[in-house]
Amino acid sequence: MRVTLLGPQRRPTVDTVAASLYPEGPIATITAGWQEREGDDGELGKLLGSRDVNMGLYRRWLDVTERDPVFAAGERRLAELLEQAAGSYLLRLDHALQAAYAVQRHTGNDRLRADVLAEAIGAVAELDDAHLRRVGAIRGEFYAELPPHERPVIAEHRAEVAALLGGAAAVVMAGGHVGVLADVLHLFNVAASLRAPVIAWSAGAMALADRIVLFGDRSAHGPGHPEIHGSGLSVLRGVVPLPHARARLLLDDAPRMSVFARRFAPARCVLLENGTRIDADSDGGWPPGARVLAPDGHVTTQEAA
Amino acid sequence: MPLEPAVVSRFLARHEVPIVEGARCTFLYRGEASEVRLVHRIFGLPERIPLRRLRGTGLWYLVLELPDSSRVEYQLEITRDGHSERINDPLNPRLAHSPLGSTSVCYARGYEVPEWTRPDPDSRPGTLVDLTVPSRALRRACAVTLYLPARFRRIARYPLLIVHDGGDYLKYAAAQTVLDNLIHRLDVAEAIVAFVHPGDRLAEYANSAAHARYLTAELVPRLEADFPLAGGPSARCLMGASFGAVAALSTAYRYPDVYGSLLLQSGSFVFTDIGNDHRGGPAFEPVVRFVNRYRAAPRRVADRVFVSCGVYEPLIIQNRSMVPTFEAADMTVRYVEARDGHSWENWRDRLREGLSWVFPGPQKFFYE
Repeated sequence: MRVTLLGPQRRPTVDTVAASLYPEGPIATITAGWQEREGDDGELGKLLGSRDVNMGLYRRWLDVTERDPVFAAGERRLAELLEQAAGSYLLRLDHALQAAYAVQRHTGNDRLRADVLAEAIGAVAELDDAHLRRVGAIRGEFYAELPPHERPVIAEHRAEVAALLGGAAAVVMAGGHVGVLADVLHLFNVAASLRAPVIAWSAGAMALADRIVLFGDRSAHGPGHPEIHGSGLSVLRGVVPLPHARARLLLDDAPRMSVFARRFAPARCVLLENGTRIDADSDGGWPPGARVLAPDGHVTTQEAA
Repeated sequence: MPLEPAVVSRFLARHEVPIVEGARCTFLYRGEASEVRLVHRIFGLPERIPLRRLRGTGLWYLVLELPDSSRVEYQLEITRDGHSERINDPLNPRLAHSPLGSTSVCYARGYEVPEWTRPDPDSRPGTLVDLTVPSRALRRACAVTLYLPARFRRIARYPLLIVHDGGDYLKYAAAQTVLDNLIHRLDVAEAIVAFVHPGDRLAEYANSAAHARYLTAELVPRLEADFPLAGGPSARCLMGASFGAVAALSTAYRYPDVYGSLLLQSGSFVFTDIGNDHRGGPAFEPVVRFVNRYRAAPRRVADRVFVSCGVYEPLIIQNRSMVPTFEAADMTVRYVEARDGHSWENWRDRLREGLSWVFPGPQKFFYE
């Protein structure tokens, strides 16, 4: 499947990209990350030459919440469990990352320090993997308890979503709240019906990856720890998309960025800045020229894969 | 040679007063007086510092070195004919307000009023709703001002923040504007905030069992029944400044499994290591007994505690001392100091750090 990742669309490029790659046919748009503003897509529609068909995934989720109170109550319990799991993970992550940064600052024998640092970063990566497994298991239990395909309201929406996706020449996925976006993509089983090529940016790009990594070094109370949120659609494997990287990350802090890059390796940490365009294949094909975080923490240009 | 009055007038017209030149802040007063003093509450400096008259003029001056980012509230004490009065600095239009009135304020180099404390037309305003909660514990009808965030939805589940001295936080610390802005900017989670109003403040906030019972057994259940609150300790926070911080801590102390977070600003955590000479007056007696007891046997009363204090406050020592005490009780502590005093604008300026730590907003989820 062809995937085009774009930088943030404050200065839009999606119009020219979509027109040049997919000049004919309807374009399915997913703006669920905008939540209540999902329907405020007039500007996006104009950019796509009024060929857009909004999938309305957030609206559909609200409909499920209203018409299937049992599922809605289950979702609330799921959210509480996931929040608790995230809280425990962040607690452990804080210690693990602080340990890695502390080792990084140590002086003394370089080789010894490098070995210990590799172990410390490995411990962080193991923690990430364990959290991802735990989130998957919690979601798995929830879906086993309340199979979505057996819930009439969800099944109805899934069928409509599949039909819309089936008729689309391309799918455009915008940014917004990546957690909400990923949730509705999973709920309406978008991955199963996704055949058309995809253009995505910001949270949309993140949701295409196999792991969703949250990051933000400029929060009100200082740099936060990059954290695993959960699984994306896995349309793109081995990639950690980093929209607004320069605005959100302390890219000049090479030691910190080195831990970031090494922790998620072998996945590529790909910067999606204004004007970025990356045409990738979901089977691992990767064009030269993409800006990525190198293991030494510096931003570099990716060679062709 | 004496300066002509017109020269002084031209000079004053050209300068903002106090004049801030690097670390040096020059305070000025123009007028007839036998003495002029700067009166302030910077802990560590004499409370009243005399200004000097510029020879042959009615212009008085004082140069103070203030560390960067300081914010200092002050007044001038003018003595004429053996009579003294305190006034705000007539040459300085900047005022800080509190329940006790207004004072002049000096912004040292590097201090700026945080822009998130000012109304932002892009921020959708939340709603304030006045409630009355009959309290058997306090034997009065208790007024509560409830803040509901913009886009309030019944199907959502919100954390609850209970704010002591709610009226003062709203009036003097721009709490509604701050909440609107911080929620809009995703720094703080959408929350329901109960601004509680004290009756007999010094009694209710000084480790009162009745106050703690009112909040925990009456207010919280009522709010959780009537509003879509998430419930559970992790979604409940008690907040307060000065005596209000004592009220927050002592309430959590009495109900240690109810509140997950505390946000304590310039807490009046007066204690004695030996003897009874705490110098706080009778109102502090129950506070000192409580704080002494707590320090002797610290215990976990919440998961997380945010503590802030101004370094120019006399309470800085007590607040610094409480940090290891809280940590010894296995609570996660975030401690922040500022070059400021015991004032509402100090507490206002720390709200972003405090609230975003206690109830972080969804910023990390948003990638537009």
